[in-house]
Amino acid sequence: MSAAPAGTTEQLPASARVRRLFREQPVVPLLGLLAILVAILLTVQPGILNRPLGWANGIVYFAVPLAILAACQTLTMLTGGIDLSVATIASMTAYVMATQAPSQGDPAAILIALALAAGVGLINGIGIGIFRVQPLIMTLATGLVALGGANVYQKLVLTAGSRVPEPVAVLGSGTTFGVIPNTLFLFIPLALAIMILLKRTGYGRMLYAVGDNPVAARLAGVRIPQVLILLYVLSGLLAGIGGIVLAGAAKTATLNAADAYLLPSVAAAVIGGTSIFGGRGGYAGTIVGALILRVLLGLLGAMNTPEPIRQIVYGAIILGVAAAYARVTDDG
Amino acid sequence: MSAPAVAAPAARPGIGRTIARNQWVVGLYLLLAALLAFTFLIKPGYGPADIESLAISVLPIVFAAAAQAVIVIAGGIDLSIGSLMALTNVVAAALMAQSGEVGAVGVVLLVLILGTLLGAVNGILVVVSRVPDIVVTLAMSFVWAGAALLVLGSPGGSAAAWFMALADGTFLIEWLPRAFVTMVVVLAVIWIPLRRSRLGLSLYAVGSDRVAALRSGVPIGRTKIAAYAIGGLLAGIGGLSLSMSTGIGLPVPGPYTLGGVAAIVLGGVSLAGGRGGLMGPVAAAFILALIRLDLVFLGVTSDYSQVIQGVVLVLVVMIGGLVELRRRRA
Amino acid sequence: MTEHLLEATGVVKRYGGVTALRGASLAVRPGEVHALLGANGAGKSTLIKILTGTVRPDSGSFRVGGTERTIRSAAEARAVGLASIYQDPSVIPDLDVRDNLRLTRTPLDAFRGWMAELGIPDLPLDVLSRDLPLPTLRIVDLARALAAEPQVLILDETTAALPADLTERVLEVVGRQRDHGRAVIFISHRLIEISTLCDRATVLRDGQTVGVVPIEPGAEDRIVALMLGPQAERPETERATGPVAAGIVGAALLGAEAGPGGADAGPAPTAAAAPGELRLAARGIGAGSRLHDVSLELRAGEVLGVVALEGQGQEELFETLAGARRPTAGTIEVDGRPVRFHHPADAIRAGVVLVPADRLQALLPQRSVRENVALPFSAPFRRWGLRRGAEEPRKVSAAIERLQVDTRAQAEVRRLSGGNQQKVTIARWVALGVRTLLCFDPTRGIDIRTKRQIYALLRELADQGAAVLLYTSELEEIRLACDRVVVIFGGRVVDVMDAALADEPTLLRAAYALPPDAPLPVLDEAAS
Repeated sequence: MSAAPAGTTEQLPASARVRRLFREQPVVPLLGLLAILVAILLTVQPGILNRPLGWANGIVYFAVPLAILAACQTLTMLTGGIDLSVATIASMTAYVMATQAPSQGDPAAILIALALAAGVGLINGIGIGIFRVQPLIMTLATGLVALGGANVYQKLVLTAGSRVPEPVAVLGSGTTFGVIPNTLFLFIPLALAIMILLKRTGYGRMLYAVGDNPVAARLAGVRIPQVLILLYVLSGLLAGIGGIVLAGAAKTATLNAADAYLLPSVAAAVIGGTSIFGGRGGYAGTIVGALILRVLLGLLGAMNTPEPIRQIVYGAIILGVAAAYARVTDDG
Repeated sequence: MSAPAVAAPAARPGIGRTIARNQWVVGLYLLLAALLAFTFLIKPGYGPADIESLAISVLPIVFAAAAQAVIVIAGGIDLSIGSLMALTNVVAAALMAQSGEVGAVGVVLLVLILGTLLGAVNGILVVVSRVPDIVVTLAMSFVWAGAALLVLGSPGGSAAAWFMALADGTFLIEWLPRAFVTMVVVLAVIWIPLRRSRLGLSLYAVGSDRVAALRSGVPIGRTKIAAYAIGGLLAGIGGLSLSMSTGIGLPVPGPYTLGGVAAIVLGGVSLAGGRGGLMGPVAAAFILALIRLDLVFLGVTSDYSQVIQGVVLVLVVMIGGLVELRRRRA
Repeated sequence: MTEHLLEATGVVKRYGGVTALRGASLAVRPGEVHALLGANGAGKSTLIKILTGTVRPDSGSFRVGGTERTIRSAAEARAVGLASIYQDPSVIPDLDVRDNLRLTRTPLDAFRGWMAELGIPDLPLDVLSRDLPLPTLRIVDLARALAAEPQVLILDETTAALPADLTERVLEVVGRQRDHGRAVIFISHRLIEISTLCDRATVLRDGQTVGVVPIEPGAEDRIVALMLGPQAERPETERATGPVAAGIVGAALLGAEAGPGGADAGPAPTAAAAPGELRLAARGIGAGSRLHDVSLELRAGEVLGVVALEGQGQEELFETLAGARRPTAGTIEVDGRPVRFHHPADAIRAGVVLVPADRLQALLPQRSVRENVALPFSAPFRRWGLRRGAEEPRKVSAAIERLQVDTRAQAEVRRLSGGNQQKVTIARWVALGVRTLLCFDPTRGIDIRTKRQIYALLRELADQGAAVLLYTSELEEIRLACDRVVVIFGGRVVDVMDAALADEPTLLRAAYALPPDAPLPVLDEAAS
């Protein structure tokens, strides 16, 4: 009977094999979609071809913070969670960094800000991991708390002044050799680290396990609260880093700087093929998802689309990709 | 009876069981009463006018919560409620600006139908696309918000006088705000027949256990679409209530999506579906509003009150989690 | 020629690339109880789902009462007179009984009547279903189906988790359907029930109908042969009562290289522990409302059976021993030292693991076979870093090979059959090299061949020094699999016996806490 298993995959109909490819390698079709969008953009705005690097850099500067915040959603969604506090954490981190920098010096200011971000993540983790509050609610509430806290803080430091530390600005908006955006020097290692975390570490295996079946994970000896607490601390830290990069790109820090990134961060992860129910997905897809969203916005801008239409198209694309994705991967 | 495992639970009188089953909601109303008492204590001058403005200010969030509750009970979630309310609000405001007083009746009906249809669109997309509810409605929140901006590019429009009067002033006695009466009547007219109908049972069935519902002959897809349509209707009423209280149309979604989610969770509706009702979320909406109000009375700045509100939400949900945990262990 | 009440022919159903049914047929006459049999993955459940309208077939024709029908929903199935009872009750947990009846438009009086017939005459209707015990829910489900007066009643493993007395009542009521010219389709893995109750049996294998057998003395052998297909012809009557015989079965079923004496590369529990050394002991364990005072000693090298009627505290016992539940009384000892388990992880570190009956409690459905087997390796905090080294992959491969897990559906374990899923659950612990296995009804709903493989494997593990605690709801398996048996009643141990002496009547008496010579209880009087 051990002979039976061999060779069955060859008998699968072509459609099933395509589906399997899409389910296991969502990045391939996503790159196709990205290419199509870029092609459309080039026909609409052929001027880009005169200065392709500048255009690409423009995409990268804003796709990177989005991709970092979407990493938070990817990781938390793998466990069946979500982190709605990322935008607040990102803005708060950037703001605290900028206001502490004059008095504390740049490195200390960045550290203080990131510690705060991790702290909010820790609270999320404790609520979700130990008290079993639904992630949606918990992160929504800590987002409120953090925003309120940040507002209070803003009034306290109103006189102190703020500045985005020079290295952060260079990182966020500068280029090396005039062509390579500096953010990539931060982002590429960070992205690789996240992908290795998911694919090659025991902790990554825990994230998929907890999202796929928490009951089974527990019986197999996984201490779920530990996994979740660490997860949301990581998510908080990543959100903080995203906020700092964003401040670097914008060269200023305000308390609503990252608000516009919250829903797109969820959308990028979803487009990238991470299941919101947990247990399935990865970061490579999310990065492509973030690029798609940025290119899409660029495209809509290039076509001089009015804001309302832009929003509608934006929503329709998210839905369309997610639906195509569900068609392809879901076979009951 | 044979094996002990099969023994029916000890017969408790029906009313006792009803209370036991709704402990959380009863607790919420006690908390609401305590908060009201506390409000009178810290603000001795708190009077009918204040109650009236409280009721008016709570109206939209109550309908947002009711809309969300119906959908969540059926096992979904709608992140586009806020956008739907904005869209129906501007449609109402834009049309009423031209319709005149009598024509406004038609506008109201039209907006109710519109809300129901838009909700049904959400539901159909969820069912047909097989994409998780949260993603579909997240995407649709952009669509409806964009549509709202198409209808009114900036705040504007108007509302009929009789229409605004529905939420303005008091009813019979000065302590009973008209907005409150309107709210109770509207919710009762929609919810009570629904809760008793087979559709109502089906909503709970689908949210509680899809497979068992399917095997019980409940049409899952149609029931879900119905839930979203009813949610849309309630969101439309929410949009109208925005017209009622402001007199204009605002093309920007308010904080009603997440606010509604907070209210239903506090109100005892399980996000997992199948559990809860409308009584809890309504009380929760008032409680959240009263907490904010009391904090203002106590001289706390609005920033702190945001912090405290978040903390209250977290604490309540954590306590709920602990209670549930204990019950499961027992 | 007999007019058929229900006739399904040429039924085909594909799920993606997997063909579940390739031309199955089923014909049921009025007034018969018809068994639908087949190993796991043969397509029984799919056929049932199609008949009851919860799954649409790709092709096939259906005649009910001689008329061509299409069945597109559960409501339509009920309308044409087909009602089905599944393994898990189709009752909505968040609605009370009355609302559940309204949902299915079930006449209340008829329902009450059937409830009385089935032994629960006075169930309050305003109780939330989630607050009712599982056996009661099954009865509610059945009474509701009967109240609809279906032409054909389909019972899918309905008796699998019912206490013995309720099973009898159910079978009696089912048998009476015959007299009204109605038909029953009966699905069960218990051949005894089938031989006493059914008139004919349709046997499925690999999605096809391979035979229709009249039930008469000796039919079991033919049924088993049909189910197993041409390659396996092991008579049902063979029993392995001792280590030697079990070893032979093990060698035959698992392949010679994995046999007890073979040079086995797998990281199975080594025979380091001296035979008979005390491994796990429970001293007066109590937990929850059902488990009161259980003491037992589990030794290396033995398979200790646990026998109990439904709900006597056995689930709580296994959960407590595995660290999934805290005891309210008593102590647990591992290797002679008292231990406290706060989490399954503590128990796993002490080498004690649970194999639950429900595979959904053990597996990660969207992950691969390998990931499922490897899961416990990464669970401890110190193993959260980079996964390095060849040891883990090697152990995982060895375990998968040893258990002969069918890896066709490697990408996602949810696509495996029930039997293969259970093998993955056990392979996980074999790979980790666990020394004490707590198996709770590991063969529930599994086909005979896999069942035997699992018993042979447990025996083999024990022979290599593992200790196995085995609860099974199928009494006839005790002698096959165990060395000793502990009988639990009312949360307490009421008997311990040698498995060789534990035939079914003896076990059943003991499970009712009756002296050996007393008659089995008249059903109504056993109430406490």
